Amino acid sequence: MADADVIPIGSGGRPGRGSARRTTPSAAARSLAGKNYQRPEPDPQSEPDDLVDGPTAEQPAVDELPDFAGFEQVVRDMFGDAGERKVAEWLAFLRRRLTGQYEVDEFGYDAELTDQVLLSGLRPLAEKWFRVEVRGIENIPDTGSALIVANHSGTMPLDGLITQLVVADHANRPLRTLAADLVFRTPFVGELARKGGATLACNDDAERLLREGNLVGVWPEGFKGLGKPFSERYKLQRFGRGGFVSAAMRTGVPIVPCSIVGAEEIYPLVGNIASLARLLGVPYIPVTPFFPLLGPLGLIPLPSKWLIEFGEPIRTDEFPEGAADDPMLVFNVTDQVRETIQQTLYALLMQRRSVFF
Amino acid sequence: MVTGVSRDAGARCARRLAADPSIETVIGVDVVPPRAELGRVRFVRADIRNPVIAKVIAGEDVDTVVHTGVVATPGSAGGRSSMKEINVIGTMQLLAACQKAPGLRKLVVKSSTTVYGAGPRDPAMFTEEMAPRAIHQTGLSKDAVEVEGYVRGFARRRPDVTVSTLRMANWIGPQTDSPITRYFELPVVPTVLGYDARLQFLHESDGVEAIHHATVEDLPGTFNLAGDGILVLSQAIRRLGRPVVRLPSFTASSTAAVVRRARLADFSPDQITFLTYGRVVDTTRMRTEFGFEPRYTTAEAFDDFRAALGPGAVTTASRLLTAGLGAVRG
Repeated sequence: MADADVIPIGSGGRPGRGSARRTTPSAAARSLAGKNYQRPEPDPQSEPDDLVDGPTAEQPAVDELPDFAGFEQVVRDMFGDAGERKVAEWLAFLRRRLTGQYEVDEFGYDAELTDQVLLSGLRPLAEKWFRVEVRGIENIPDTGSALIVANHSGTMPLDGLITQLVVADHANRPLRTLAADLVFRTPFVGELARKGGATLACNDDAERLLREGNLVGVWPEGFKGLGKPFSERYKLQRFGRGGFVSAAMRTGVPIVPCSIVGAEEIYPLVGNIASLARLLGVPYIPVTPFFPLLGPLGLIPLPSKWLIEFGEPIRTDEFPEGAADDPMLVFNVTDQVRETIQQTLYALLMQRRSVFF
Repeated sequence: MVTGVSRDAGARCARRLAADPSIETVIGVDVVPPRAELGRVRFVRADIRNPVIAKVIAGEDVDTVVHTGVVATPGSAGGRSSMKEINVIGTMQLLAACQKAPGLRKLVVKSSTTVYGAGPRDPAMFTEEMAPRAIHQTGLSKDAVEVEGYVRGFARRRPDVTVSTLRMANWIGPQTDSPITRYFELPVVPTVLGYDARLQFLHESDGVEAIHHATVEDLPGTFNLAGDGILVLSQAIRRLGRPVVRLPSFTASSTAAVVRRARLADFSPDQITFLTYGRVVDTTRMRTEFGFEPRYTTAEAFDDFRAALGPGAVTTASRLLTAGLGAVRG
């Protein structure tokens, strides 16, 4: 980068730059490349860098189109050798996306898109805005499946997304989430949710994911937890019908309780436009101190400080055969999980110095 | 006896069965003579909607009936009402005839995964036991559900007959002509804005092999048949290299009407929901009980179809562009 002061963009009347016959970079371009440019002789067959996966690799040369050597130069000068590799990887990624040559599993989970695009977009929000602090990550098994059960809050299901990111970053495993059917009915949201690894919260899908050895995340409070008023913050709602416990019991996977502190304060829900919600077929239309008062600005979440703690796994493989069909036992385990999360929430709230720091 | 041989899928199944020396005679039945060469298959012109079909079964001493006569395209059948007539009434008459045929040993029905419907409340994968969550009032999926209902009734009344119901994913391949292949052949492919359906395909040659497999083996029951893996609709269109126009869902039916009037493709409402939400079936039972291994995965089947189709506009444009880039880079 230090060697090149001039970036060749125009041809400047020299032969080579922009001339139709040329298929190699001009002498001027090569001299400008400095020590980073290490091609011994101009050989039209050999590639100067490892862009072999790039879009140009398999295409024959057609020499009526303009010269892009300058662009290569810019890339090399701006990013150096490592940057060049990065750009090459990025181009290869782009090429795979544009030609559809990527893998999607049966649930519609697009691992590449999730890792490269969706989670990277979320990372600044988690690290800079919410300053998420993670505890007990060792309770998530390195291999095999587990069911992560967490409290749900914050009007918008941001806690689900952040938990997914935290598990991906700290435990290096993808978290497959279970979402309500409303998510899949909503345009764009449903599409992204499926690509991000979510699937419908039903026993069939949960058990299928668990049997395949995945980490599955579930928020059994659902909309009751998400849309509860601010005055009821950190009070756990009913944990669904305990379907998650029977799914874990049938597959014999451990349940990891997860307590999330901070998500309650991102959109303090003070009201609900019930009539409009009924009209639109959604569970609630939130009213927060800033929404809809400030319009789109009110959609910015408040920068609360987040604490996420993963608790000791609760084993379900020691129950006798058919335990999943014993409603009393399922309710008891459900209550045990709920109580664990509630106690951890209180403990974390005691430790938290303030909402925002 | 194979029904529906005037259409491509039926004709191919009949030819495949005729190529098997262990099968003595293959009789092809349809209302119109087949366009394709049938080889050893003996064609009998008969309408399955007519009780005459019983005479054919009795007269020819048929021991196996392969029912491929369920029509997916209202256009080729001459309208929706006629399609329903062929599918539902035809199946009823055929099964009534089968019930009266003492020599019958086996019934193979080519059904479709459309019986599961498509909707936001669907589980990620359907197994054979699952009931559809979204009920369709129109089109092939309703017909398929009714056809399967009659087939189940027949299986109850004739327990001595081996009944195999094959729920096949959409056939795809160079020779298949169906609403879904017509859809992908559109120069600009319309999709529903904000949704990306998960699709599963079965290569046409695998479909034919599966029918043959069910005919020569004794495999009672209902089986999902599909290639491994899935493609997302946007991914499939990108593989084709065709431009996409994403339209909001409320314009879908009017778009379908325009496309239909232009005689490019034929969409029924159940196909629009299929292309909105998609559908994936579990094929575990296909391997364990049915003992069938498709040669093509979903993606390979689709690529085979694509190879026969020629490049789309986006592919052509990007080829020109990359050729240009390649030229300047040396």
